Amino acid sequence: MIGVAEVVLDVRDLRIYYRTLYGYVKAVDGVSFDIKRGEILGIAGESGCGKSTLGNGLILLKPPMKYMGGEAILDGKNIMALSPKELRKVRYGKISIIPQYAMDAMNPTKKIKQIIDDLLHEHGESFERKKDLIEERLEIVNLGKKVLNMYPIELSGGMKQRMVMVISTLMNPDVLIADEITSALDVSSQRSVIQMLYEMREKKIMGSLAFITHDLSVLYQIADKVMVLYAGRVAEISPMADIVQEPLHPYTKMLLSSLPKIGVRYSQTKLKGIPGYPPSLLNIGPGCRFRDRCPYAFEKCEQDPPVFDVDGRKVSCWLFERGDVN
Amino acid sequence: MSLLKVQNLTKEFPLGFFGKERLKAVDDVSFEIERSRIVSLIGESGSGKTTVGKLILKLIRPSSGQILVNGRDITQIKGKELREYYRKVQGVFQDPFSSFNPIYKIDRVLNMVFEEFFPDTPDSERKTRMEEVIASVGMNPREILGKYPHQLSGGQLQRILIARTLLLDVELLIADEIISMLDASTRVDILNLLGDLRERGMSVIFITHDLSLGYYISDETFIMYRGNIVEMGDTEKVFHNPIHPYTKMLLESVPEIDRKWDLSKRFVPELVSSSNAPCKYYDRCPIRDEKCLVQKPEMVEVEKNHKVLCLKAGD
Repeated sequence: MIGVAEVVLDVRDLRIYYRTLYGYVKAVDGVSFDIKRGEILGIAGESGCGKSTLGNGLILLKPPMKYMGGEAILDGKNIMALSPKELRKVRYGKISIIPQYAMDAMNPTKKIKQIIDDLLHEHGESFERKKDLIEERLEIVNLGKKVLNMYPIELSGGMKQRMVMVISTLMNPDVLIADEITSALDVSSQRSVIQMLYEMREKKIMGSLAFITHDLSVLYQIADKVMVLYAGRVAEISPMADIVQEPLHPYTKMLLSSLPKIGVRYSQTKLKGIPGYPPSLLNIGPGCRFRDRCPYAFEKCEQDPPVFDVDGRKVSCWLFERGDVN
Repeated sequence: MSLLKVQNLTKEFPLGFFGKERLKAVDDVSFEIERSRIVSLIGESGSGKTTVGKLILKLIRPSSGQILVNGRDITQIKGKELREYYRKVQGVFQDPFSSFNPIYKIDRVLNMVFEEFFPDTPDSERKTRMEEVIASVGMNPREILGKYPHQLSGGQLQRILIARTLLLDVELLIADEIISMLDASTRVDILNLLGDLRERGMSVIFITHDLSLGYYISDETFIMYRGNIVEMGDTEKVFHNPIHPYTKMLLESVPEIDRKWDLSKRFVPELVSSSNAPCKYYDRCPIRDEKCLVQKPEMVEVEKNHKVLCLKAGD
């Protein structure tokens, strides 16, 4: 991005837990990051790291999800503290989401046109008034006008996902959260979805994008900056290129070196996964959450690591306490 | 004699309410697999890769064609012979959680192998064997036996299912998307496990949509598109010298770290097919010409152990 862009969404020390009979599952536990105007932020991590909780929590807090503290400033207001009525105005207009599996959530008994019309009514708009815009947007995602008169089952997975992209961005959101929108798709559809997100940003249909995925190689294609989450906390936030060239956090390092890519064969280079499994987040105590799997762990890791600044990159690991260790 | 020889295998499914129309999920597919080989069957959803696996596992019946295992056609076998067949050929599937009954302990899934195939084995020997196979898939039996499925992770459950095949003398394992539900950090360990199985003499059909995983582990690669194998051969050859335009397109759209797509260049996504060309890739094909509209493509060998189903393969 050019120059110092303005921060659109500023999340500080956000905590979203799940309330259970046995206590709290600390799914998002003190996460801080920001998204600048026009920026594409990748949010990466494995299942259970809190990435979807974070995305959903910013839009709609549903029980048993519970907001425990911190803030998310959008347009000068902490959206976590808004009343349901105020939030309704912000939601989908200023900040919108393409939820995971959204493409399977379209009403099968209604035509696409009707589905769009229903959604627009929520915002005091109608299909007829937005018709030109909708057709223009369909053009961008390579779908013809005729899909409007089709039922969801008539579309393939990739086409449905592209349709969902059109629907979620009709209100030109300042921030769009896309949650695992490429995971269920074939490689060629994945590529076209990524391509379209890119075009939507170029055409300023959406302001900024938070792209949640477990797939770093997809993120590499589109993200400007990546936040790697591990067990509900930030492991590292770095520009995309830097994280690939020189990952800082031991988790990021090990994750990247476990990824197969074309050119790497079992017979020549045997890749290694990360031994062990992530901790249970139920009533989890202090300390670095990666320490049980980390080959570099030492005594200090029993305490919560703060987020250190290393040349403008952020890393939450005691190895970087003095900022000169690598 | 090859371990597995599939000849002109076809599976049609009825479409629509009266089933008058038919969808050829697998369309005239032929291939051979030798012992101690890993073969990747790669394709997008709807390509028929899972159907091929199910046909070999005899979970569904073929419409026509033969499946020869150790030279014997298995499409008609039943009863005692079928039971014998399952000692040699087994499958592991995508969702490990749905392969276990949540109300029973893990041990049961392994014990059932004894019940079914070796009922006379005494309990003490069963236990030793179970511990052995769990250890050989890289886990500590004490942390696994006696647990319930929900107490273990997807990766652990998937390993147990692979361990199960080690109790039998399985010669061919059908591994259908076995790692797509697992986390990146544990995926590669399961792939390595398939490599170990190959060293024990087992052959694996590794069904996946992920090209880089297929490349990593397999000796041979078969690329499927809408029921046909469009390109097949040594993994190195298929990946480094792709001939079929579909294979080329797939390889170009694999997301890879260190290789950025040119996003300013327009990428044509899937189209709804409109022509009735004999080549199923015709509608999306960038190199099609008039002869593709009239002539049916045949498998041609472009180099040793590298075949392509394309009329323009020789050009």
